[in-house]
Amino acid sequence: MKLPQMHIPDGFINAQISVLALVISAVFVYVALQGAKRQLDEKVAPLAGLSAVFIFAMQMINFPVAAGTSGHLIGGALAAILIGPWAGVLAVTVVLIVQALVFADGGLTAIGLNVLNMSVMATLMAWIIFRLLQRMFPKNRIGFLSATAIAAYLSVPLSAIGFTIEFALGGTAAIELSTVLGAMVGVHAVIGLGEAIITVLTISAVLSVRKDLVFGATNSKISLGK
Amino acid sequence: METKKIVSIGFVASLFVAAFISFYASSHPDGLEFVAEQIGFLNTAKDSAVATSPLANYSFAGIENERLSIAVAGLVGVGLTALFGFGLFSMVKKKDSSPRK
Repeated sequence: MKLPQMHIPDGFINAQISVLALVISAVFVYVALQGAKRQLDEKVAPLAGLSAVFIFAMQMINFPVAAGTSGHLIGGALAAILIGPWAGVLAVTVVLIVQALVFADGGLTAIGLNVLNMSVMATLMAWIIFRLLQRMFPKNRIGFLSATAIAAYLSVPLSAIGFTIEFALGGTAAIELSTVLGAMVGVHAVIGLGEAIITVLTISAVLSVRKDLVFGATNSKISLGK
Repeated sequence: METKKIVSIGFVASLFVAAFISFYASSHPDGLEFVAEQIGFLNTAKDSAVATSPLANYSFAGIENERLSIAVAGLVGVGLTALFGFGLFSMVKKKDSSPRK
């Protein structure tokens, strides 16, 4: 038995677009480093390290989805809501670098693409969606976790759209864009359910013991019932 | 609960997931690989430059027993991610924060 490869391998996307993605990712990681220095409370720093560890472990658990395929956690939404979007970008990036360098999961030349889709897009989009929903939803635990669930869910097909754009710009196989888009979004619309469940269970557990540690629950006046 | 305790519990849980639960993970291709196979671009994938890594594919080369092989890979992965992750965030954090309880 082999655990499936999870990330974009070398060869799917040409060198130009891979390098472009690497440059864009590097800029975001630089901004994230500065952002985390402003945002990440010293007392919460160990929780940020733990987030990377937890995401690595959870990504090993591919869960079955329909028709002979599987999905796994991205962790961007989880990290953004738990430790803040910038530290979140860094946590997922740490995981992807370890996986690419040591586990040969995700091509070395594709590292920029993987970081862009999963560390940058999934994490930051989840955060933006979460914050928008948090404003609209009831200021209680149910509202908070509903915003968490929807943000986590949507982050997965959004990452899949990221891949589709990269494939459209630099895919090495000549395949109709609509075919790639439909297939990627279709599968990942199911996988997103797993992302939402794992993210809600984890955030909910931390809220129950220490809601002050949950970044998304700080700087807001919501009552979480504890 | 103290932050330290939460981090310890989370770390042990992560070790358990990576070393033990991982054996029960689905071995079906993941979403991307499945799509690549279905619509016909999986053959454009090239082996990673580190495809011969002893830990490639989340198994530990040289250990025949699958359960043990994945467990070792999981433990090494958690260890390396911890080293890199805790190391990074011990440097990248707010310095002048008022302590939270």
